[in-house]
Formats: sequence, C-alpha cells, structure tokens
Amino acid sequence: MTILAINGKKIEAAGGTILDVARANGIHIPTLCHHAALAPQGACRLCLVEVKGMRVLQPACTYPISEGMDVQTDSPKVRTARKFVLELLLSDHPKDCMTCETCGHCELQDLIYEYGVKETPFVGDRHLFPPDERDPFILRDMEKCIRCRRCIRACDEIQAVNALTMMNRGFRAKVATAFDTRMQDSNCIFCGQCVSVCPTGALTEKDSHGKGRDWQTTKVATTCPYCGVGCNFDLNVRDGKVVKVTSAWNAPANKGALCVKGRFGWQFLHHPDRLTTPLMKTSFWKEIKGTEGAPSPYKGFVETDWDTALDAAAGRLSAVRSADGPDALAILTSAKCTNEENYLMQKLARKEIGTNNIDHCARL
Amino acid sequence: MTIEELERIRTEARQILAERGERFLPDGELKPPRPGEVRVVLRNCGQIDPKRIEEYIAKEGYFALHKILNMTPEQVIDETKRSGLRGRGGAGFPAGQKWFFARQALASRPAPADGAPPAYLICNGDEGDPGAFMDRAVLEGDPHSVLEGMAIAAYAMGATQGYVYVRAEYPVAVEHLQTALPQARRLGLLGKNIFGKGFDFDVDIRIGAGAFVCGEETALIDSIEGRRGEPRPRPPFPAVSGLWGRPTSVNNVETLANVPQIFLKGADWFAGMGTEKSKGTKTFAIAGKVKNAGLIEVPMGITMREIIYDIGGGILNKKEFKAAQTGGPLGGCLPAKYLDTPIDFESLVAAGSLMGSGGLIVLDENDCMVDVARFFMDFTQDESCGKCPPCWLGTKRLLEILTRITRAEGTEKDLETLEYLTQNISTASLCALGQGSVNPVVTTMRHFRDEYEAHVRDKFCSSGVCKGMFHYEILADTCNGCGACRLKCPDKVIKGAKKAVHEIDQANCIVCGDCYKACKFAAIAIRPRPTPKSKLPECG
Amino acid sequence: MSMDLDAHRPALDDIINREKAKGGALIPVLHQAQELYGYLPKELQDYIAEGLGVPQSTVFGVVTFYSFFTTKPRGRHRIGLCLGTACYVRGNTKNLERLSHELGVNAGESTPDMRYSLEVCRCIGLCSQAPAIMVGKSVHSKVQPDQVADILSQYE
Repeated sequence: MTILAINGKKIEAAGGTILDVARANGIHIPTLCHHAALAPQGACRLCLVEVKGMRVLQPACTYPISEGMDVQTDSPKVRTARKFVLELLLSDHPKDCMTCETCGHCELQDLIYEYGVKETPFVGDRHLFPPDERDPFILRDMEKCIRCRRCIRACDEIQAVNALTMMNRGFRAKVATAFDTRMQDSNCIFCGQCVSVCPTGALTEKDSHGKGRDWQTTKVATTCPYCGVGCNFDLNVRDGKVVKVTSAWNAPANKGALCVKGRFGWQFLHHPDRLTTPLMKTSFWKEIKGTEGAPSPYKGFVETDWDTALDAAAGRLSAVRSADGPDALAILTSAKCTNEENYLMQKLARKEIGTNNIDHCARL
Repeated sequence: MTIEELERIRTEARQILAERGERFLPDGELKPPRPGEVRVVLRNCGQIDPKRIEEYIAKEGYFALHKILNMTPEQVIDETKRSGLRGRGGAGFPAGQKWFFARQALASRPAPADGAPPAYLICNGDEGDPGAFMDRAVLEGDPHSVLEGMAIAAYAMGATQGYVYVRAEYPVAVEHLQTALPQARRLGLLGKNIFGKGFDFDVDIRIGAGAFVCGEETALIDSIEGRRGEPRPRPPFPAVSGLWGRPTSVNNVETLANVPQIFLKGADWFAGMGTEKSKGTKTFAIAGKVKNAGLIEVPMGITMREIIYDIGGGILNKKEFKAAQTGGPLGGCLPAKYLDTPIDFESLVAAGSLMGSGGLIVLDENDCMVDVARFFMDFTQDESCGKCPPCWLGTKRLLEILTRITRAEGTEKDLETLEYLTQNISTASLCALGQGSVNPVVTTMRHFRDEYEAHVRDKFCSSGVCKGMFHYEILADTCNGCGACRLKCPDKVIKGAKKAVHEIDQANCIVCGDCYKACKFAAIAIRPRPTPKSKLPECG
Repeated sequence: MSMDLDAHRPALDDIINREKAKGGALIPVLHQAQELYGYLPKELQDYIAEGLGVPQSTVFGVVTFYSFFTTKPRGRHRIGLCLGTACYVRGNTKNLERLSHELGVNAGESTPDMRYSLEVCRCIGLCSQAPAIMVGKSVHSKVQPDQVADILSQYE
C-alpha cells in the first residue's frame, strides 16, 4: 500500500494515478479530455494539481501516486490555472448554449459554471466552421470542438477503426478524417463511439436534434434487439417516446460500445408501420374461429391478441407433431434474438417438441 | 578491431594530416579560434575531413571508446557524473544521472522476448532554435565524435541501438553521417562485439520533417516511432519508458561530442573548466547586430560582454547594444545590465532566460522589443503541436495581443492580459515548449516595459520598426546639409539646399528609412507621429 | 492507380519494402516518396498507408503535422527564405517582399510556370551569413533586395 496525502488528508491506496485515487476517495478533480473508457493523455490541463516538490502543475490523470506524495487538488494556484484554461477554451467557443443540443449534459458548460467564468478576458480569432450536416447519423459542429481527442481515441482504442486523426498543428489543428473528407467518405462505420465520448456539442446524434434536453428525458436501460451480442444501452425517453440512444458504460457485454444499428437505428420504435399486435392469416382465422374477423389495415390478415395467436400456433404445431411425428417440425431462430431467447427456442424444439431440427440464421 | 590496429591507423593518418597542413577547410564558416575561445566540442571541426574516419582517428578518435570498454558501465556513469557534464540541449540535466536512471530502469525489467534492443540511446540533433547552429557544425564537421560519444553513452546506460535524429534542413549533416556510419561499422567501431569486449551497438539515422517541438524528448520519440511529434506528460520519463516503451536516454549532439574528450583527458580536466555548477565549455552561435557573427566555444562562466565585445567584436555600425536574446524562442531578452553576469545554466535561468542550445542574438537600438517578442511568439505559435490548450490557444492569444500592440491598436488592458496569459501558460502547459514560450514576452516586459507602454499609450515605436508608429525627423542642430538623405530618398520628399538644413515632407514620406540609414551624422531621428496611423497591414 | 504513381512505382515499392521491416517506417517512407514524386498527393498517401499497414488517418495526420511534407506540387526550384531570428533582424522580410514582387506569388505558392516555389522557413542554421536564402540546396548569403532578381536568373 502507498500512503499519500491529498489536501492534507492521509490516504492509503494500492496504486494508480492521482485522479484514480482522488475519485475513489470522493475527492472531486475536474476533467475534460479524460474518459474512463480511454487511455489518459494529460492534454486538457483541467485536472492539474499541485504536487509538492514539482515546479509546474501536474495532470492528475496521468501522474502515478507514490509514497509520501503531497497533493493539493483545489488550491488557489490550481483553481486559477483551471479557470484560465476554461477562459481560453471559451474564447474559441460559440456562446450558444441556449440553442445547443448538448446543453445540460455538456462537460464544458458544467465546468464553466463550476468555475464561475462569466466571460473570457481574451478577444481574438475563433474557429468558424459551419455545422457539417453532410453525414448520416452524426452531426459535426466543429466550432464546438475543444480538441480533447476523445473521439479520436475512442475510434482508435475502442473501435480500432482509426477513421479520425488530428490534422495540422497548433491553432490550426483540428479533428478530421483522412484528407478531411465527410465521414461517409472515410472508413468510418458510424458506430458513434466518437459521439458517445464527446464532452461538448461538437459531435451529436443528428436524428435526436430538438427532440429533448437531457433533463427532459428519462434513461431506460435495455438490451439491443438487433443481434444476440446482448449490448446494453439507455433509451432516452421523453413523454413515452424514445428520442435517443446513449451508451451504458458499465454494460457487461459491450462496455458502452455500440454499432450503427444499436446506436442510431431506433426510429422503427415509433414508426406507423410497426406491428403492435399479432396478426393471423385470414384463412387460418376462419379455420379456427369460423368467422371473417374484424377488418384490418393489413390485407389478408386479422389483428388479434397474443393469447389467441399463441394458442392457434400451439394447436397447429401439436396437430402436426401428433400426425407426422416430432421430426416433421423444424425451428429456425434469428440472430436478432438474445442468447436467452435462442436457448429457450432450442429447449422448445428438443424437450417440448422432441426434435433436433433447430437452427439459426447465424447472420444479421 | 584491436587497439594496435587503431594505433596503426592513427600513425598513418597523422602522416596524411601533417603532409596536408593544418586545416582542411581554410574557407569554412568556422573561423580559427579567437582569443578567449576554448574548443572541445568544435576541436576537429574544420581541421579534419569529416568524410574520412582515419582523420578522426588521427585526432585520438575512438580511443576513448576503447578505454571505457575496459571500465564497468557504472564506472563510466560515475566518471561522467564527476565531470559535471550537463545536457547542452537546454535544460542542463546531468548527463551521467540520465544514463544512471535508464540503467536502473533497465535492470528492473526483463529483456524483450523478441530479441529487440533492451534500451535505446537517441542523439537529439533536431536543432530547432532559430539562431543556433552548433549541432549542425559538429555533425557536419566531426560526425564521428558524436558517434563515439553515443557508443560510450550506450555502453553506460545499456543501450544496443542508437538513433541520430537530424533536422531535414541539414542535408550536409545527414550526408556526412551517412558516410560516417558504414566507415565505423567497417572498422568494427560500431556493430557487434566492439573491440572484442562483447559490447554491441549500432546507429540509425532518422531525419526530422520540420517540427520544432520534436526537439522535446517525448515528441522526438513519437516522431521516431512514426507519429505526430506531440509531447506526452512525464512521468513516465523516457529513462523508464521511452522508445517503443523501453528505457531510453535522449542526449543532445553537443553533450555527446563532449563525452570522448572527458574520457581521454579525464573528468578532472573537464570539471576544471567553467563555474561551480556548470562545467566545461559551451558553444554559442552569435548572430544579429554583431560584427563577428559565427560559432564560438568558450568556457562556461564567461560574461556576455566578453562574448559580444571581445570575441564578437562589438555592435555593428556603431549602434547601441540593447539586448541579447539567449536560448532561442523559449529563452529571453537580457538588457545591458546582464552584460557582466557570468553565463551558466543557473544565472541565465535566474535572469529569466535560458541557456537553450546556445543561440545568442544581439539586438541594437533599432530592434523593437515588442516586435521581437511578437516574432518569437509567431514562431512558437506556429510550432505548437496543438495538444494542450494553454499552448495552442494561449500562445495564439499572446500573439494576437502583441500583433495589436505593434499595429498601434494596443490598450493598457492588453498589457494586463499579457501578464495574466504569460503567468498561466507557463504553469499550465504540458511541455517545455508551452512553458517556455512566454519567456521572450516576460523578459521584454520586465526589462523594456517602457517600450510596451510607449507602444500602447503614445502609439510610438522608438526603435523605428513598427509601421505607422513613428516617423523620421531631420535634426536642425545636427544636419550639415550633406545631401546624402536627399539623394537616397526614393520619393524625393526631402528638400534642402546644399550645406543647409534639410527637411522631410512628412505628408508624402513613406517612412522607408533609407534616409535614416544614409545619414552619416546621426542627424535623422525616430520621432512619434503627430497622429499615429493605425490598422496598417502587417509588415512582411 | 493514377499515372502519377506508376511513374516511380518500382522505386516506391522498394522503399516501402525496405523500410517496412524497421520500426517507425512511416516518416522515412514519406521523405523518400516526396523525394521521388515531389509532393504527397492523396493517392500516394493511400498507397503508403496500404503498403505499410498504417491507417490512412495516421498518414494524413503525420503529413499535415510536419511542415516539410507538402500535398501540393512544387516548382522546379524551391526558394527557402529564412525567417529565423538572425535573418529576421538582419532584414530578410525586405527580401521576401522583393521575391514575392518579382515572382508575383506569395510565400507558400508556386509560380504558374512551376519554375519556382517560394517558401518561408525557420532558421536554416546560416545565422552567421544572415540574411540567407536557399534555392534548392544552394545557399545565398547576406542577400540584399537588389540582388534578388540576379539570384533568380541563375535558376532556369
């Protein structure tokens, strides 16, 4: 165990960085370029702390703890430096929080508020990139980019796609795809990992714009229905409608990562064509019920409820089994089902029906 | 290679040198030593043919390497520590200590399983300070001294692979290194089992691609690995986790060129030169408004006055010394009161500047200190890697303010903001580039505050540099009517009869300065404009 | 594959294969490729990325970081005007103005006939001979604005 002091308080820790240890002990250190799912890089200078004996301030996110270390996380010197960095960032940032999509869950906005930055003392050039709406799913508003590089690192470390890089250097440095094309013309696969880690409104979910602020929505944890991996995420729900999907960073199967379908393919939920009740073929209905059934918007189908539909299906399956034996039946399941659902289907086939005719489409 | 063979080559090559005469490059840019100079690093430059290893051997080359291979690495480190050799790249970190840390880290880790080198020695030849060219002189004029220094350092710290990182702007240095390497390999002075002592070491050349920040050691390592050269926070230090994650020592060209001499002549000899904390000699590239511009090597502790006046021959054109800029873009401007301060690592830092790599630019009364600060900030801003906001945004804001001030648009508030920026950029930046970027501004504001205030309050640039912020006036008391200015004036706006006081037609003068330069009698003066012109286009 | 690449393709493949074995091959390959083709267009960067097994974004990030690399073709004679400290205080901005005027291009541009390209560089280590201008690999030291036209005429 290493014994160190943070803000005069004696702390024992097994190891890690100053930031790790501080957070584990309930000591707040602000960050911007840091993200728990990404390797730290010490670039944004928001987590600067005083380490006794060091001439300049040190980034807590990369600085490893050592025996006898004496750290100040909230001294006037530290607060001045952090406020300075925020003032600088604000001098190159549009002040349109009122209309910004990220308002309410913007890490820059929160820190500007926390550090009481009313206005920036710096006047000068500001990056003026028009919002880039050429891509599907992702809206890039690069004038809101603070160059924390979380997006680049997510693309590289989580997704291993490497679609993004820094181009140029100094004030002209910006996040870009190779040759600064739109994302669609790069090797981007629109997984949206970049969007999920962006601390500001630079990268946002295009289709969610205007549909609900962070405080207007409720997060509902769910499992993605698209495939059997079992990715978890949060549906952001406003007034009973899903408006956005966001990463659940503690999800066991995917640890926050998603694919293009899981992250951006939620619009079907509220599509008017979506089936919301089981349908039965009119001929089948007639055979079982002896009536025409109520008229439905679906030609050749009758709308029904689950009990009716399942009873009908079970009845017909049992009849086939009795007449021609269990191997007259086969079950083909879907890769869209979860593992658990697929397990249950094979149990239905093998145990209840008594056949090994069970297969899976094995692709999406 | 055996010591006998090396001695035989030395004898033969000495013969050739004796027959050819003293100097190889009689007209080279390096002048013969002037009184007050002591040449250790530059000892062979211009004396030997850098493309012939034999000539280096004639000058005792590679004898130090042979000598140290009979010592333990620990002894080599101790001897280097005892000599007091400190890094010549700028920060002045003790070289022996650097190798010791790398060696210690190496001992605590298993060797790479794939047979890759366990540790690396990098020679930093990314000499980027504008106004400094000593590394180029050494790499071009005596490449083997650097290679021998690298081999010794590698032996001390435990490296088996070395890299020389040279700027792309130095094609001759690259060419001479490319000639030197196969020669050293052919004689078995690089490669496997050097001098039969079981020591393996080879060197590869890496060419920079035009990024000043790559002089910073972590950025340099990233660049060798094939990435954007962006500094990383330390710890981990390169000694622990450097090139490809292995213990690495990054040493400057001049530091390494000192090393063979320390082992030939002894640590005591080296420690006998210089000051208490800064031992040995230092090369300086003197440039700017000085008569004898060029490269010199002097013992540490010499004063700026001795360098500029005794060796440099004083200021050009009988002008007044205003300041010396030392340490490059991350160094500072020191006024006349520091002329008699002994130059060493500590005293320069105490004065707000840096030793840096040894650039020394002499500025005279016609250099505007605000413009000089703006010039350096323009440089640093352009070279900022773009990783941490205090640097990429902070230097931009500094540059914008300095530009405003030199265009007669500055305000008193701007001076306050400058101070606020400089204080915080230096404490919050990630690497030495950001931290040091403010030094030219800090030192000029400290020592030449009056110039900043004149620019801001009176919109007056007394040095005659910032356009629209001054004009020329002919002094009636001094003008003898020689007519030189009238003849030189491109727009013919100077009027005056022969032997009578001349006058400038201010309304039509374009303030080109030709008259000011033409006047031999100091009868033309720089004066504030009655109404300052603002918003002029930036010069150049 | 564009015609451009085919011109030096065997040499380019040699470079890639030779450097690939060593670590950190990207920058040496870019140097040599630029030497071959004069500049680093998109097709060339893509080819190098593919050849070295490095992401395109990495190649692009590196090319745009280092000022020595260029994605635009350059003139036959590269004029490098030094604006390092010594050259600056010794008045090389005046020479830049003159060069720009004579050539009719700004710094960073090439003449329409591709005879010259004009670049501003940071200290070429010729401080004792300031103000200095390099044309290709030749050095012109202590240049005065009136000499500029004469220097230019030496390069066809």
